[in-house]
Amino acid sequence: MKIIKIIGLVIFIFALGVFTFSMFSSEHQLTSELIKSHVTYSPEAQAAVMEAANSTGVMGKSYGTNFSFINGLHEVFNTANNTLGEKAIPSWQVEKYLIPLTKYSTAGPFGGKPNMAFWLSIMLGALAGLIYILPDMSQLAGIKNDGIYQNASTKGITLNVRLAFLGLAMLYALWKSIFQFPLVIFFVLVVGLILYWVWKSEKSYNGARARSASVSTSGWLGIAFGIYLISFYVFLYFFPHYVTNWTLMLDPVAAAIKGDGGTASHWFLYGFLYCIVMVVMGVRMMVKYRHNKYQLVRTASVLFFQLGFAFLIPEILVRLNQPYMDLKNAWPLDYDFYTKDAIGGLAGQGSEIAFLGGTSVGTVMLCWGIALTFIVVPVFTYVFGKRWYCSWVCGCGGLAETLGDPYRQLSDKSMRAWKIERYVIHGVLAFAVLMTVGVLVNRFTGIDNFGLFSAGQLKSWYGFMIGAMFSGVVGTGFYPLMGNRVWCRFGCPLAGLLGLVQKFKSRFRITTNGGQCISCGNCSTYCEMGIDVRAYAQRGQNIVRSSCVGCGVCSAVCPRGVLKLENGSSDIGERTTELKTIHISESDLKILS
Amino acid sequence: MHVVIIGNGISGVTAARFVRKLSDHKITIISSETKYFFSRTALMYIYMGHMRAEDTMPYEPWFWEKNRIDLVEAHVDKIDFKGKSLALNNNTSLKYDKLVLALGSASNKFGWPGQDLDAVGGLYHMQDLENMEKYSEGLERAVIVGGGLIGIEMAEMFHSRHIPVTMLVREKSYWDNVLPEEESAMINRHIKESHIDLRLQTELKEIIDDGSGKAKGVVTSKEDVIDCGYVGLTAGVHPNVRWLKETELNVERGIVVNNHLETNMQDVYAVGDCVQLEEPRPGRRSIEAVWYTGRMMGETAAYNICGKPVAYDPGIWFNSAKFIHIEYQVYGDVLAKPPENHESFYWEHPDGRKAVRIVFDNKTDVILGFNLMGIRFRHEVCEKWLKDKVHVDEVMANLKLANFDPEFYSSYEADIIRAFNNKYKRSVKLTSKGLLDQVYSFLKS
Ligand SMILES: Cc1cc2nc3c(=O)[nH]c(=O)nc-3n(C[C@H](O)[C@H](O)[C@H](O)COP(=O)(O)OP(=O)(O)OC[C@H]3O[C@@H](n4cnc5c(N)ncnc54)[C@H](O)[C@@H]3O)c2cc1C
Ligand code: SF4
Ligand code: SF4
Repeated sequence: MKIIKIIGLVIFIFALGVFTFSMFSSEHQLTSELIKSHVTYSPEAQAAVMEAANSTGVMGKSYGTNFSFINGLHEVFNTANNTLGEKAIPSWQVEKYLIPLTKYSTAGPFGGKPNMAFWLSIMLGALAGLIYILPDMSQLAGIKNDGIYQNASTKGITLNVRLAFLGLAMLYALWKSIFQFPLVIFFVLVVGLILYWVWKSEKSYNGARARSASVSTSGWLGIAFGIYLISFYVFLYFFPHYVTNWTLMLDPVAAAIKGDGGTASHWFLYGFLYCIVMVVMGVRMMVKYRHNKYQLVRTASVLFFQLGFAFLIPEILVRLNQPYMDLKNAWPLDYDFYTKDAIGGLAGQGSEIAFLGGTSVGTVMLCWGIALTFIVVPVFTYVFGKRWYCSWVCGCGGLAETLGDPYRQLSDKSMRAWKIERYVIHGVLAFAVLMTVGVLVNRFTGIDNFGLFSAGQLKSWYGFMIGAMFSGVVGTGFYPLMGNRVWCRFGCPLAGLLGLVQKFKSRFRITTNGGQCISCGNCSTYCEMGIDVRAYAQRGQNIVRSSCVGCGVCSAVCPRGVLKLENGSSDIGERTTELKTIHISESDLKILS
Repeated sequence: MHVVIIGNGISGVTAARFVRKLSDHKITIISSETKYFFSRTALMYIYMGHMRAEDTMPYEPWFWEKNRIDLVEAHVDKIDFKGKSLALNNNTSLKYDKLVLALGSASNKFGWPGQDLDAVGGLYHMQDLENMEKYSEGLERAVIVGGGLIGIEMAEMFHSRHIPVTMLVREKSYWDNVLPEEESAMINRHIKESHIDLRLQTELKEIIDDGSGKAKGVVTSKEDVIDCGYVGLTAGVHPNVRWLKETELNVERGIVVNNHLETNMQDVYAVGDCVQLEEPRPGRRSIEAVWYTGRMMGETAAYNICGKPVAYDPGIWFNSAKFIHIEYQVYGDVLAKPPENHESFYWEHPDGRKAVRIVFDNKTDVILGFNLMGIRFRHEVCEKWLKDKVHVDEVMANLKLANFDPEFYSSYEADIIRAFNNKYKRSVKLTSKGLLDQVYSFLKS
């Protein structure tokens, strides 16, 4: 068995190498046809670019990697813009042109073999993952956390290294945005002050530090993996023209799904990889928890919603000439549902449905989207708790529960982290509401300037700071650094909203089995949301926390069977009274036994 | 008033927490093992890499400061009961007004030759873990002596690091002085299917010295020689009171206390593993070295210290453990060698890893106890049935109320009832009651 696992691992490393290498191992050549068909800003601009391409010598030259080619393209556009002066092509437009120019100036990675690269990287990697995972079926079923804290990939990093990574991410965000949005400084300052205050208040107990997630030696493999993931996200979000080889590899898949002529954008690439990774790691999750039906059903559910609702159905809708929509993605997680397409892009779009009196598919979608946020989400959360969304349906949650499972123990359980969490997540929620209201007011009244900022600015700040940096780069890239639910715990505005419902009006709670808790700490350690479950369980208290996503892992890892996720209409107050381990009631000193 | 507590295990810490809840007294906890309270029951998970040492600490470091509980890391060498002062090994002394002894246990050693060699150790203190760790690198086999709860945990620990393990068990079957025959047999099977070399009815005769003062193997009572690089001694524990035996304190096997957990010395209380009850409840032992009783004693002692006298009442017996992958729970009286009046109904799942045993009085049909393997039951429901002395038929009919397995798990109540009706020629009908609301209304009824 062990040998099979090693073979799987070796093949996986090979496939990962091919994947990484295929990103930049392509030969490029700029042709006048390419410029003609893609640079369409204005006839003068096209002519200027054509001329610049010739004068700089980029035209027709053969480049060995996409990096050098893109450098060449930058030179061309700079030269062209110099001659265009007033009529220069704006930089966001230039960035858009870089994508097709790069993608179609090559026959693909490895000397023009995108298909081979596709099979040898993504598909072989998936297969290798399964080869690595499936032999575990031969072990007895049961909790398998052996060696997690002795493994350089999953043991986590010290608080200081974590802070360094977070600091770098913040600096990067600042650097990317400082000139465009001076308000960001204000924003960062406010957040910084809050963090500082929380930090200080925690330390004031005579300098005793809160319990950190640090370990004595470094989890260097985790750091390496984190850096890889972070780089992937930075390229995907901010430099998509560097990943065109990967999209080229996926064009046949895109054509198969979208119909003839369909091509893969970098978002398609992301969606596809997301699904593949979730399937392979979902299998891992199912193998690991095959003795626990709750985990099996739940994992099957997130896979279903990711493959169906997030990936296939929207593409099929488009193929049928209907508007694109991820039917399960609720505002405010889908932060530009109202601000981008919903009102203009959905209402009245798509074909008309006869039995609904000719209402268009788009209008139905718009109504569904609104109902999802304001009716379905609160009602379901009342009945089942936040878990129905966060760990049964949501794509972000789905990735966290599959790819992120090996890292769930790295969430910080200290009181300090909990305090930060409450400020940050509710701050993001407020930001999302503000941004949406601002854009809607702007749309319906035409007012654009709200004193310090405009609706458009608000939206682009949100999209950059929260939509890209927080949910992508930090949210997923930080799995091996800060645990698998960084985004869900600290950032997701929908989770913030659901949490409020769960805390104050829901039938969900985790019940504690009388006095059976032995305070061992497995539940807290493996709670991905950083909830100190033990603190409640050891007092015989039920657990009602707004952040609990109901993953059920605390209940699975508890060696004494103390925890059970349950729904009941009984008094909400009863969910949290402590009475069970306490054998003496404090009020009357009666012996309860 | 200054309350000093020796020992920062569950019993001492619970006492401190409740003294703080009830009063403003100055509180000091002394321990020579670790500065911060950790969960002894979680020791195995540190070695196995499931948790780090700090993850086993139920309270963050600031907790103590915030609750004004002083922590002193030192060993108490002597107690002057008359002068109400303690002599510590750092050459200081400490005065107390009230003293709580929460000294815990120590591993049993039965005078085996070689028991004090290197690479030999029990599993009780944090230091024992360090010892295991020290010899684990390159270890080719470990031998574990004693088949109790700690022995099987130690076996699982080595096993998790792929170190072959041999377990020497004196009894005919694993832990058969506590577990009834079928459950014990189930665990024997499970130990073997986990590839642990279980040797029943085998005792340790001698530990072999490799010439440098380190163990290199053992000789068993069957004269087998087993080469090994580590010998784990897990043949039970005893109250950690040897150093108090020559003092005025009344010590027998443990520190003798009355119903209010007071010792024979003025203002001195004892709680937890180190206690021997003067008058244990009928059917209960005078020394019960488990987590739960330690916690209840700690709480009770706090009330007594704070001038609110209450008697120690451990309630209905319950305990739990995990044998590698099989969880175990017990409520009430389920005995390995039951008295005449105990009728025992046993149901085992065909997979051989789940079982339910229900014990009742064969004359009155009153429920007496539950033993669960691989199935979780609800503590409060079982406790209420036992306390209310209900008829076994009522228990069987409402079995769903007790089910505590996670959602979507298969439930076996129907099978269990069928087997019960067959065996006793009854016709108990299962009610569908099992939802949380129904559980609450049952508990309140
Ligand atoms: C591996 C293992 C697994 C267990 N699993 C379970 C389980 O699953 N369920 C269960 O119910 N029970 C279990 N137990 C038993 C349970 O842990 C004990 O009953 C409980 O910890 C006893 O708590 P205590 O507070 O009485 O003593 P302890 O936790 O032993 O605390 C006593 C402390 O006092 C210190 N001390 C003693 N003398 C002095 C002195 N003179 N000066 C300074 N300090 C001193 C000791 O070093 C120790 O730190 C387990 C025990 C072990 C070892
Ligand atoms: S408390 Fe339990 S169910 Fe909730 S998020 Fe944490 S581990 Fe998951
Ligand atoms: S609830 Fe379970 S896992 Fe959590 S501390 Fe208690 S016994 Fe350990």
